[in-house]
Amino acid sequence: MNPVNYLYLACLLFTIGATGVLIRRNAIVVFMCIELMLNACNLAFVAFSRMHGNLDGQIFAFFTMVVAAAEVVVGLAIIVSLFRSRHSASVDDASLMKL
Amino acid sequence: MSAQLAAYSTSTGEAFQFWILGTVAVIGALCTILMKKAVHSALCLAGTMVVLAVFYLANGAYFLGIVQIVVYTGAIMMLFLFVVMLVGVTAADSLKETIKGQRWLAALCGLGFGVLLIAGIGNASLHQFNGLAKANAGGNVEGLAALIFTKYVFAFEITGALLITATVGAMVLTHRERTERAKTQRELAEQRVREGKHLPPLPAPGVYARHNAVDIAGLLPDGTPSELTVMQTLRERGQIRDVSGEALSDLKALEQRSADRLERSDERAEEASK
Repeated sequence: MNPVNYLYLACLLFTIGATGVLIRRNAIVVFMCIELMLNACNLAFVAFSRMHGNLDGQIFAFFTMVVAAAEVVVGLAIIVSLFRSRHSASVDDASLMKL
Repeated sequence: MSAQLAAYSTSTGEAFQFWILGTVAVIGALCTILMKKAVHSALCLAGTMVVLAVFYLANGAYFLGIVQIVVYTGAIMMLFLFVVMLVGVTAADSLKETIKGQRWLAALCGLGFGVLLIAGIGNASLHQFNGLAKANAGGNVEGLAALIFTKYVFAFEITGALLITATVGAMVLTHRERTERAKTQRELAEQRVREGKHLPPLPAPGVYARHNAVDIAGLLPDGTPSELTVMQTLRERGQIRDVSGEALSDLKALEQRSADRLERSDERAEEASK
């Protein structure tokens, strides 16, 4: 097997995540799809790191993880406060931004 | 191991692992977007992330593989599950489409995007894999640390600032200011006297009934159960146990049976000890 297959897998997972963001309307599931896309990117970074034979790709993946953690914290806080004011986690309801 | 990492093509073991776990990862990702309930989606995503951690390990990113398990499946997914529980487990996605045909269009867009991406990778000449044998020679963690604290030290510092900002942001977003002052004990007592409602402490549950469990109402002298004796939470949930004669005789029969069984088991124990 050629290690380039890891890149194909990353593409596939990224596509599935992007489709999920378009299809789903529950804000939490949309968020999970974003996480899936970030993970797919990480896999591509790690595979490229192996391809080039240096660790820079792994450093990028590491920073992506840190940013993803920060993003999840803030995003879930937004979802919780949205749910408090609207009693719904649907992204359709969030289109009414005025109170 | 390092010799295999340097090779152009992977070992049979890794190929086998890739095809099996890759299938699992794709199925998990598909389930994430297709499952109706958010809890199921979260669990499928956690499975996909564990598989990705294994792939990181197979690609020579030992540190990242462990961090993936600890941070993603351990912290982030549990945070997701926590919020899913908070926001409502039963809240399934509504199936009504607000824009007509949006779902099919979205799926079509996704398909096109995927074809584009995969064709792009397929056209690139990515056939020489150098492998990480040389980079990992002094240890994967040591190599990463050397890079983080020299070449990427500014990015690392900015990451620290980002994490602090995210923490403060989460606290600000979920914090709620108390709008009125909490009443003191004296004020509560005065209010109770002024309203003339039940001054002494509430009666204890079950004292006059056959049982004194908290979910059994105490009986008034005329034999009717008193709602006051059961705590408010149980009252609101409707979890007050029936204290009519029938229910009590059922309970008595149940206790008799369990006592019989316990005696028997005691006898067995005695026989065993003999």
